[in-house]
Amino acid sequence: MPEIKVTPLGAGQDVGRSCILVSIGGKNIMLDCGMHMGYNDDRRFPDFSYITQNGRLTEFLDCVIISHFHLDHCGALPFMSEMVGYDGPIYMTHPTKAICPILLEDFRKITVDKKGETNFFTSQMIKDCMKKVVPLNLHQTVQVDDELEIKAYYAGHVLGAAMVQIKVGSESVVYTGDYNMTPDRHLGAAWIDKCRPDILISESTYATTIRDSKRCRERDFLKKVHESIERGGKVLIPVFALGRAQELCILLETFWERMNLKAPIYFSTGLTEKANHYYKLFITWTNQKIRKTFVQRNMFEFKHIKAFDRSYADNPGPMVVFATPGMLHAGQSLQIFKKWAGNEKNMVIMPGYCVQGTIGHKILNGQRKLEMEGRSTLDVKLQVEYMSFSAHADAKGIMQLIRMAEPRNMLLVHGEAVKMEFLKGKIEQEFSIDCHMPANGETATVTTNPSVPVDISLNLLKREMALGGPLPDPKKPRTMHGTLIMKENSLKLVSSEQALKELGLNEHQLRFTCRVQLQDPHSDPDTLNRIYTHLKSVLKGYTIQHLPDGTVMVESIVIKVSSSAEDTSTKVLLLSWSYQDDVFFCFFFVSFLSLIFSKQWLRDSIDS
Amino acid sequence: MAAHLKKRVYEEFSRVVQIPQEEAPAKKLRLSKPSKSAALHIDLCKATNSTDALQYLLHFARKPVEVESVEGVVRILLEHYYKETDNSVRLKIASLLGLLSKTQGFSPDCIVDDAINTLNNEKSHQVLAQLLDTLLVIGTQLPESPTVRQRLIEMACKHLSDTYFGVRNKCLKLLGCLGMADTPLTKDNDGPGASLGGVRDIQSIISDFFGDQDPRVRTAAIKAMLQLHERRIKIHEIIYDQACRLLSDDYEQVRSAAVQMVWVLSQLYPESIVPIPSSNEEIRLVDDAFGKISHMVSDGSWMVRVQAAKTLGSMLQVSHHFLEQTLDKKLMSDLRRKRTAHERAKELFTSGEFSSGRKWADDAPKEKLDTNTVNLIASGACGAFVHGLEDEMFEVRIAAVEALSQLARSSASFAEKCLDFLVDMFNDEIEEVRLQSIHVLREISTHITLREDQLDTVLAVLEDSSRDIREALHELICYTNVSTKECIQLALLELLKNLNKYPTDRNSVWKCLKFLGSRHPTLVLPLVPELLSTHPYFDTPEPDMDDPAYIAVLVLVFNAAKSCPTMPALFSDHTFRHYAYLRDSLSHLVPPLRLPGNGLDLVDSRCGSGSVESAQLFLQQSLNRVSTIQNLEAPGAQDLLNFTIRDLQRLGELQTELAGAADFCATYLRCQLLLMKALQEKLWNMAVPLCLKQNVTATAAAQQILEETYKLEFLYSGLESRQVATIHHVRLQAKALQLILTARTRQGLDPLISSCEKFLQDIESFQRLFVAELPHLQDSFVDKLLELMPRLSSCKPVEMVKILLATLRLSGLLQLRLPEQIHRATATIIEPTGESDNPLRFTTGLVVALDIDATLEHVQDPQNTVKVQVLYPDGQSHVIHPKPSDFRKPGPDRHRLITQVYLSHTAWTEPSQIEVRLLLAYSSSSTSLSSSSASKLGWSDSIDSLPPPEAAVEGTIPFSKPVKVYIMPKPARR
Repeated sequence: MPEIKVTPLGAGQDVGRSCILVSIGGKNIMLDCGMHMGYNDDRRFPDFSYITQNGRLTEFLDCVIISHFHLDHCGALPFMSEMVGYDGPIYMTHPTKAICPILLEDFRKITVDKKGETNFFTSQMIKDCMKKVVPLNLHQTVQVDDELEIKAYYAGHVLGAAMVQIKVGSESVVYTGDYNMTPDRHLGAAWIDKCRPDILISESTYATTIRDSKRCRERDFLKKVHESIERGGKVLIPVFALGRAQELCILLETFWERMNLKAPIYFSTGLTEKANHYYKLFITWTNQKIRKTFVQRNMFEFKHIKAFDRSYADNPGPMVVFATPGMLHAGQSLQIFKKWAGNEKNMVIMPGYCVQGTIGHKILNGQRKLEMEGRSTLDVKLQVEYMSFSAHADAKGIMQLIRMAEPRNMLLVHGEAVKMEFLKGKIEQEFSIDCHMPANGETATVTTNPSVPVDISLNLLKREMALGGPLPDPKKPRTMHGTLIMKENSLKLVSSEQALKELGLNEHQLRFTCRVQLQDPHSDPDTLNRIYTHLKSVLKGYTIQHLPDGTVMVESIVIKVSSSAEDTSTKVLLLSWSYQDDVFFCFFFVSFLSLIFSKQWLRDSIDS
Repeated sequence: MAAHLKKRVYEEFSRVVQIPQEEAPAKKLRLSKPSKSAALHIDLCKATNSTDALQYLLHFARKPVEVESVEGVVRILLEHYYKETDNSVRLKIASLLGLLSKTQGFSPDCIVDDAINTLNNEKSHQVLAQLLDTLLVIGTQLPESPTVRQRLIEMACKHLSDTYFGVRNKCLKLLGCLGMADTPLTKDNDGPGASLGGVRDIQSIISDFFGDQDPRVRTAAIKAMLQLHERRIKIHEIIYDQACRLLSDDYEQVRSAAVQMVWVLSQLYPESIVPIPSSNEEIRLVDDAFGKISHMVSDGSWMVRVQAAKTLGSMLQVSHHFLEQTLDKKLMSDLRRKRTAHERAKELFTSGEFSSGRKWADDAPKEKLDTNTVNLIASGACGAFVHGLEDEMFEVRIAAVEALSQLARSSASFAEKCLDFLVDMFNDEIEEVRLQSIHVLREISTHITLREDQLDTVLAVLEDSSRDIREALHELICYTNVSTKECIQLALLELLKNLNKYPTDRNSVWKCLKFLGSRHPTLVLPLVPELLSTHPYFDTPEPDMDDPAYIAVLVLVFNAAKSCPTMPALFSDHTFRHYAYLRDSLSHLVPPLRLPGNGLDLVDSRCGSGSVESAQLFLQQSLNRVSTIQNLEAPGAQDLLNFTIRDLQRLGELQTELAGAADFCATYLRCQLLLMKALQEKLWNMAVPLCLKQNVTATAAAQQILEETYKLEFLYSGLESRQVATIHHVRLQAKALQLILTARTRQGLDPLISSCEKFLQDIESFQRLFVAELPHLQDSFVDKLLELMPRLSSCKPVEMVKILLATLRLSGLLQLRLPEQIHRATATIIEPTGESDNPLRFTTGLVVALDIDATLEHVQDPQNTVKVQVLYPDGQSHVIHPKPSDFRKPGPDRHRLITQVYLSHTAWTEPSQIEVRLLLAYSSSSTSLSSSSASKLGWSDSIDSLPPPEAAVEGTIPFSKPVKVYIMPKPARR
């Protein structure tokens, strides 16, 4: 039986450095090539030595597919392609291809220039790596080679995020990457057709959470910002540069527009501006509202949101500032925070999760006095709000996707083991399909039962159609006779005559014979005659011939009568039939025997 | 006309004769046939190949065929059909047959046999499908013939086993449209039922195809079943299971149709019991269906989601328990149950605390959940609306909101539950959805009382920059119930903020406060001292009476005071004064109050109840009084008219309900007065040259009367034909007057003759239009004229003028009878306000857009009649037709025009004002009464005597106050 093997190098029962190896139908595919944010050593990147100890990866991998531009899904790409060595195709969607190098470059700068690491990939490597990228369009089937084809589906989550269907022959795997089943202010919801893959590899970040309605959160967020602005306070929103930031920008921008507010909104510059440019370009990847209205106005051309300058932080009056990074651990957001922390009119809104140890985490836990570098302390008087804006599918969303795709097997990655365990149980219970959750380096094997396509000659099909009963009964299996020819890797079903002709073989007849003894006082021709007349009366609708050479033929069954030398009343019937008529013969023989042992026959015999 | 007809007849003959000339003489036989078929035959015979034939047929199909010739054409087509080998031509012929059978007045039973015959011999699948379509047309044309029907159904059943999906589709469609419920297709009629095995009825035959291999056929099968349902054939309950299975079909069209099917069945058998698979419980069918359709709200295709969401709204029989599940989405975080934000808000409210929402772990999960009880994939209706309202397509969201409203209207407790969700929708990104949810909330608001936190969210929307949203919200607040005095205070505060931010909302905000006050008198009571800023010991300064915010507060207080007699005790002196002022100036907002020591108001309040009736009475009396005037020259008649007009005008101002009627009467009487003045002068006895001046005034009067009659006819809605007749009568009088004046001034005889003829035509058309009303016009001008008609039409113009003058002066005043309801069309331009001192600057040669916002009341068909006129200081005027989409309909008899007008002009040296006003366009041919009757009468009249149609008088009536806009076109800079 053919098998599909899935081995996570990263993201197996874990979040971060997504990297999953799939071998399907003799093809090896790497799904995502991410890095782990939590480590600074070798554990940062997936362990490529699993694939090969030394040498390049090119010969082991048929293609690499990147689902979206988040670093935990593409961060190790230049390392893999340039430093480990891979020259094959790398597939990603257009927006991902555009934005990915910006993030990689930023990441490189921070690690190399700020932290002073050596032995890291260079800008040139990023460029070289991006040259190997082949862009994908949504719902476009790309033929990687003769047998392997891939197709991208919309995944929500961030701009350009895609789910990928990988197909070899009739076996297929769907990898979701990160996805979101509820639409947000700038992206739509993930969608997939009923493609019934053999394995659905799904993320499971929120495997045990069912989230509240998005609208509540949005409304709360807007209300808090609005109230603070009306009080004359300043609002700081620390964000990660891409993804949620754009959503919040759109949210505030439309709110400002609707409510006719005048207070300025600033966005701290940097890579965001470049990325925003791409958001403007890839309108087709956004949600219905933005797509519909962009002719009048591109929603990403913000009217109220301006670039931030360091000096603005001291301006009087209310304002809203988006600043990076998101956890208040360094950079501009921390600087602004220090400036504004003393005034209770101000507010900071944390739109996402904060890692332990960061200032963001401290203030969210209610700490009101912070120790800064240089033994100084900072009194936190401003209001601290938390507002979760996350774009992963929750447990319900995951179930919904399973319902949409109808996979035969399920495989969970990108989540915590305990949570996966729960979801696994649920999936097995609800859909009664197998669910796997391999750890990193562990291989999950799924045997498939692929259907084998066979060509059938049209004539044969028509002939068999004519034999069958009336439509409709299309789903009922029907037997048909034909010859299966396997030739040069292709299967063909043809009629036996044609098969003989094609293969240049002679037709051989296979006949069975048997003898039956019976008591009959009549002479041989008489007995034959009697048999003939009886058969004629019993087997209506069959061709029964009495041949002049002293035989009776029923279809292909030949009956001959001869009497034994010693006892003329003991007749020996010779029966002979071809193997095609074996089934018919059984039927015939039963009726024949019943004829012989019927009283009628005996009585006739006795009479005479 | 006759000549025209003759010409046509002649033409046809000539065509028929021409053809045999070209063709063989044998074709002469066809002479007797109508031209159309002959021509077709020739064309088809001429066609050498199939493309040509197809071209001819296509060409032929463009022209209509007369009823008489249909059969001939059909014969020719069939004849050709048998000969034709090309599939496409046969297909076209088949479709033509169908088209022809639709011809009005043609009974297609004669071609049934032929059509069935062709069907039996046809090989091509496409043509077969087309032929079946034709049969369907024939079948629907012959609803009265069961035998034909039976034959057609048999044909359809026979072809159901065709391998081509199109043929099966058409067969199913035919069965759906023609199949009969209770006539099982049994063996005895040896129909196809036998071939399909035993006794089958139409439904089981159709339902066999629910499992067809082709999705299109499956869809067609469901559609056919739905068609049966539409034809009031009761669908069997067994279908339900099959339909439910189709809900999980791979194809969206099938799923969409299946949703409908399940819905139909749930409406037919709501109370049947169905088992739940995988358990031995049983539930009502409607509940089961509801659960299944709810499931479809999270379908992969948005079309299906829309369909499902819409359908949910109409399943009102569903049990409560299921209904409430649709709003339930169990929250869970790390396996622990979490309360929804809604629940939290409610809890905080009940515990007397405001929502802080500031804590990082404020939504910290509480109890540990048993993993087995968490049902992730919602069985049944769970969370259907939560999904629907969060859908990415706004079409689905709107459908979900609508469904919510329908369900909430039928169930109060559900209304209470869905409140939070609707309020959340106020924050949707698409304005349409926001607006819709506000409207929905208004519709169900009778069921609910808003909590403070909910009100807070609702009121936040008041700052929306979209006017539609704000107004919808005001409307909503008018109908809301709130629970505490804090809510009232909050609402007032937000409304005042709104007033401050958008001063144009003034009227709407006041109205809103009026209802808020009158709904919650007891809640307003404790707030009064604070609202009016009175102090127990000190006198506070008197607020500014012109401040809209202060007026708003007073409106709230006075309306609450109406049903709260203790409240006036809290008022300070100036409040009473302000009351008196507001009661007078804003009588529609301030109710009459029973104030202590104020006799006048007491009277006022007492008559307030019966004021409409008394005003009605007064109106009637005034009219009766006027009717005593018998003769136009009666002494004192003019004075009486003058007084009555004045009275009526005042009445209209005071009593808004009767404004239309009073205005109408006043205008009518003014016409009479003008006529009277013009006629009563002694000048008529003088020689012509001596009274030139007098002539001028009379001409002006005649002109004015004409204009007024058009106003009377088109500006008021609710007129009956009797009133229209009266108006036309006055118009006729005015025309007569004009004619007389023409006769006196003009010297030439020719123009006079033509105007006399025109007048006679006018009389005739009047007679034609108002035959039914003539008995009511006894003794009137027209009545007398009609008596004299034979004389008039024969006599000379001069004599006619004399007669006219005499009749005109002798005729009495026609009494006006009022219809039930008369409304005057009015328009108010809200924007531009005309108060701006800043000129609108623009470069000459370019255009500037001026936003216009106006409300129209009692205007029928505003899309076609309302125009905007712009008047420039140099006398230039432009009339602009607003787009139909610029009109909105916020309420019955009310329209809102929000449009942009483009202005342009050559350079001015300094800014100046232009005038903008709204016009009501009319055309005398387009009156509802005259147009239909006139055209019908004209048609049935003998053709020769038909007069040329009355020249339609088109014009415009200004019906809004002009608004001045300051503009300044600057010269272009080079």
